[in-house]
Amino acid sequence: MTDFADSNWEAVIGLEIHTQLSTRSKIFSGASTQFGAAPNTQACAIDLGFPGVLPVVNQEVYRKAVAFGLGIGATIGLTSVFDRKNYFYPDLPKGYQITQLEAPIVMGGTVDITLEDSSQKTIRVTRAHLEEDAGKSLHEDFHGQTGIDLNRAGTPLLEIVSEPDMSSAEEAVAYARYIHQLVTFLGVSDGDMSQGSLRCDANVSVRPKGSTELGTRTETKNVNSFRFLERAINHEIERQIRVIESGGRVIQETRLYDPDKDETRPMRSKETATDYRYFPEPDLLPVEIDEAYIQQVREQMPELPAAKAARYVSEFELPEADARVLSSERQLASYFEQVVELSGDAKLASNWVRVELLGQLNKDGVEISDAPITPAALGTLIARIREGRISGKIAKTVFEALWSGAASDPDSYIEAEGLVQVSDSGSLEPVIDAIIAANPKQVEQLREGKGKLMGFFVGQVMKETGGKANPQQVNDLISKKLGL
Amino acid sequence: MKVDHEVIQTVAELSQLKIDPADLENYAQGMTQVLDLAGRMQAIDTQGVAPMSNPLDATQRLRPDVVTETNQREAFQAIAPETEDGLYLVPRVVE
Repeated sequence: MTDFADSNWEAVIGLEIHTQLSTRSKIFSGASTQFGAAPNTQACAIDLGFPGVLPVVNQEVYRKAVAFGLGIGATIGLTSVFDRKNYFYPDLPKGYQITQLEAPIVMGGTVDITLEDSSQKTIRVTRAHLEEDAGKSLHEDFHGQTGIDLNRAGTPLLEIVSEPDMSSAEEAVAYARYIHQLVTFLGVSDGDMSQGSLRCDANVSVRPKGSTELGTRTETKNVNSFRFLERAINHEIERQIRVIESGGRVIQETRLYDPDKDETRPMRSKETATDYRYFPEPDLLPVEIDEAYIQQVREQMPELPAAKAARYVSEFELPEADARVLSSERQLASYFEQVVELSGDAKLASNWVRVELLGQLNKDGVEISDAPITPAALGTLIARIREGRISGKIAKTVFEALWSGAASDPDSYIEAEGLVQVSDSGSLEPVIDAIIAANPKQVEQLREGKGKLMGFFVGQVMKETGGKANPQQVNDLISKKLGL
Repeated sequence: MKVDHEVIQTVAELSQLKIDPADLENYAQGMTQVLDLAGRMQAIDTQGVAPMSNPLDATQRLRPDVVTETNQREAFQAIAPETEDGLYLVPRVVE
């Protein structure tokens, strides 16, 4: 945690999040958006800004933007207009970026974040607008020149702008995580931050505690992980407090977070202030959508994480914290729901998915989509525990066998390995008799009322039967034999 | 509104244009005239008139999300002054 929390300063933070929309083709051209292609093999005449070409808007981009807007309860712009933002940079061949200024597709909306101490806060979203990404500049190894790859030029982005409603790095990260969860849940973006699918710009300023005036803000650009976001914001807050406390003034500027040095530093600013000279994009007409279209998008939307978590609590009677974990990712939630369906026991399903499955995934660094155990197999396994066919302990053995690939189907493995729980007293009684006979001292103590020793006997029986005995039944048999 | 040489220089810089100092006065006068015209238009009462983003009385058609372009790098790069390993080379840009 930062130490500024105890100081006389408070921070004001707003985020701009650029989300790459997961479409096959670009926002204004039919060039592919696939990641990792050889340089400039996916940059067509439109992306390159050749004379005489015209942009045409990708309909999927609109559908995804509207879905996001509905996901945060925003107003959807029935008429949205594209504008030109003019600036010069070699990775922007047209000399302007097509974006939305005055009439964006998404206006307003809110995000409820939950903090570590379980407190909640509502963050307002100002707007979200569609725009195209620029190309990539490579500064090394070109004999003092810069290499330009324009494959990314024209990739659709949704820029999500928040109000300055956050007052700590923790809140900013919680907000960014929520947005990440939402866009991946909706299938709006793949959310792969290592490939730049979600990038954050943080606007940070500080002011004396209790003040209502805003201090001068800086913008830290292009932070591409939650951990870096937290560190970049904390550094910037501390830096600004230091500047002011030592009698200086914060300058409005754009800064860059350097994860290697763990610091923010100013980007070389041009001597003249930027002026983007926005104007309506003459090559594109206003885009109009109607209520019927919005309704159609709404109907295709999956159940969102917050609604899912609430349903898990009410329908499955799970603790809220567990419900939140299970609903945090779309694939995880879908996995869990299939296991519930097949096992018929939501609580056992929750335990097995959260503890065993997530534990193993974590340990082996495997994504849930690549989990070696299918929801069907885990569902069957849990059903067998429920039916009393195998014990929980044996189930773990089967789970491990399924995970390692030693077993492909729980039922045939249980059968083949003879793991079925021993529940007939005929075969359990001799084992129990032998253990009672071998431990007269413990029998004495148990008879005298040391109830805790029951665990010792049950444990011995389990050991003797290789975990296949039904513990409850063993308990009953021992009680009966000793007349307890 | 009178545009002076300084404004012309600033705008030229933003537009990445090199302007001969001898032409400054000419540009300043021309731009002043343009702005005066804009000033006259500004005086028109536009209360209740929605801003027009495009003069055509039509709306944008959207296209399906389909990849229709093929790799034509060679053709595009044939006219580039300099390329290497498929990249366009430009004078060094420093962040």
